[in-house]
Amino acid sequence: MREITYEQAAMEAIQEEFRRDPRTVHLATDPIAVLQEEFGTERIRVTPIAENSFVGAAIGLAGSGFRTVVNLRMATFGFVAMDQFINHAAKITYMFGGQARFPILYRMTVGAGISAAAEHSVTPYPMYMNAPGLKVILPATPYDLKGLFKTALRDDNPVISFEHVALGDVRGEVPEEEYFIPFGRARVRREGADVTVVALAKMVDEALAAAEELAAEGISLEVIDPRTLVPLDRAAIFESVKKTGRLVVVDEACQTCGAAAEIVALATSDPATFAALKSAPARVCGLDVPIPFSPPLERYAVPDKAKIVTAVRAVMA
Amino acid sequence: MALDRQTQIDLYTTMLTIRRFEERVAAEFYAGHIFGFIHSYIGQEAIAAGVCGHLTKDDRIVSHHRGHGHCLAKGADMKRMMAEILGKKTGYCKGKGGSMHIADFSIGMLGADGIVGAGLPIATGAALAARLEGSGNLAAVFFGDGACQEGEFHEALNLAAIWKLPLLFVCENNHYGVNTPASYSLAAGEITRMPEAYHIPNKAIHGNDVEAVYEAAGEAVALLRRGEGPYFLECKTYRWHKHYLSDALDDLRPREELESWTKRCPVGSYQARLLREQVLTREECAGIDEQILARVEEAYRYGLESPYPEPEEALEDVYSG
Repeated sequence: MREITYEQAAMEAIQEEFRRDPRTVHLATDPIAVLQEEFGTERIRVTPIAENSFVGAAIGLAGSGFRTVVNLRMATFGFVAMDQFINHAAKITYMFGGQARFPILYRMTVGAGISAAAEHSVTPYPMYMNAPGLKVILPATPYDLKGLFKTALRDDNPVISFEHVALGDVRGEVPEEEYFIPFGRARVRREGADVTVVALAKMVDEALAAAEELAAEGISLEVIDPRTLVPLDRAAIFESVKKTGRLVVVDEACQTCGAAAEIVALATSDPATFAALKSAPARVCGLDVPIPFSPPLERYAVPDKAKIVTAVRAVMA
Repeated sequence: MALDRQTQIDLYTTMLTIRRFEERVAAEFYAGHIFGFIHSYIGQEAIAAGVCGHLTKDDRIVSHHRGHGHCLAKGADMKRMMAEILGKKTGYCKGKGGSMHIADFSIGMLGADGIVGAGLPIATGAALAARLEGSGNLAAVFFGDGACQEGEFHEALNLAAIWKLPLLFVCENNHYGVNTPASYSLAAGEITRMPEAYHIPNKAIHGNDVEAVYEAAGEAVALLRRGEGPYFLECKTYRWHKHYLSDALDDLRPREELESWTKRCPVGSYQARLLREQVLTREECAGIDEQILARVEEAYRYGLESPYPEPEEALEDVYSG
């Protein structure tokens, strides 16, 4: 199968859907040549550096019958627009009694690992999970990204795509033919018998590497990527834990009140899943510190293969 | 500009409709029949009536927390508004929005927004949609002097200006953010200095004179329909009630200032003019009033007799589809 990059997968999905639906608009602070050449500068618009204005403009476009893709670049800039995200995008469908649809795809990068220091290395999707009305997707591969984008671009709700900053140039197999990945459907990236490892975003790769290493010791990991956090495929996680009896959740976001905490809470509150547990679930998360600049400090602050291996050994002990 | 008789009667009727609606809402609130926050539009009726008098249902508006007047002027159903204010299932938002969040997308009323200044960015999107549709439609956004203190106001003015959007900014300058005077909060002094900085054509007018509003809005709307937007209209006015109706909130504004504005009542002064100029007789005025009061009564009854939503309906409409 052909291989394309994560970002090329995004462009393909947007191009396909923009061809299909002329009532679509793209907003970003930078010109995107490939889109402007095909769809023109009226629909592919460059915005001022004013996040609240264009995050909000997408809501007004949606309320007027247009679908909008907004590329905020880094999630740290999303904080500038929290009024529009939380007070409006999240609530507007509900607050107006479902009168109108708000089809918007917001994109932003997350994660550490590029020495970008504290402000530009944020992983804030747990905050958005806490705002009912938003859907949250977390594509970890070019294949997942394209399939999830195709679904997002036909969904009638505000969807936020959090894309790990280290994945942009990663290549992967993406079929030529059209396909869709439904929201709320986890992907079992590796089947195993001893420990369920639920890994998010770039941590999927770290978990797969840990699985490889532990396999040599006879420990078998089942690696699950939920792919979307809202909605979350609880059933797939419960089923896996019922099979393995052990759960480790790996997320680069800070540990406190994170997605990992929610996943552990869901699993342990489900009676059948709880009954199947042979040991206490563990979280391997980003430390509760702002991401530091210097590489040794930065590496220390986020999870990696070694930390996952340590956590797995602990739940196996 | 001499207005034809029917336009004059329409403007008067719209203003009086808003007045009678708001009077009833206030009376029921103080009687304990309405809960939550009610931001009364009384005193500012000329602005909604004068601006919306030029808009079609294909033009879109975005309103704010003090939004009942904009809904009525844009043609919203009074019964569904009252039901929403009463928290009933038959309300515009099925009881999920209340007074501060009434919307009717079918008539281009994109919703009242309770966060000061937040409607402006949303309206830039509605204006961009109008431009992409290419049918000469436009968007109008209502906001107060308080919103002019928010960053989103400046972002929206800048965006509308660089994209030349068909967006009519309607600043309802009622001179206070809750109890804090705009003269204290706004370094620019005159509000129109701000659109001026963004090279947006603008005008400041007496917002209690409905014909002045109608005339200025008409000129602005004509520009926008020709693609020469945006435009900024500052309407100087005054709210008669406290920031929101409640027994607990003090009104710290000077009494004599309020009285000077109630003497310039937009509805009363226009009625006097229409009588003076023999556009309407006293009997005709009384007839219009009677009809409006009957509609308000019917709307309130409808709201009162409508059922509350079932509690589990709290789980519906979080997402579309």
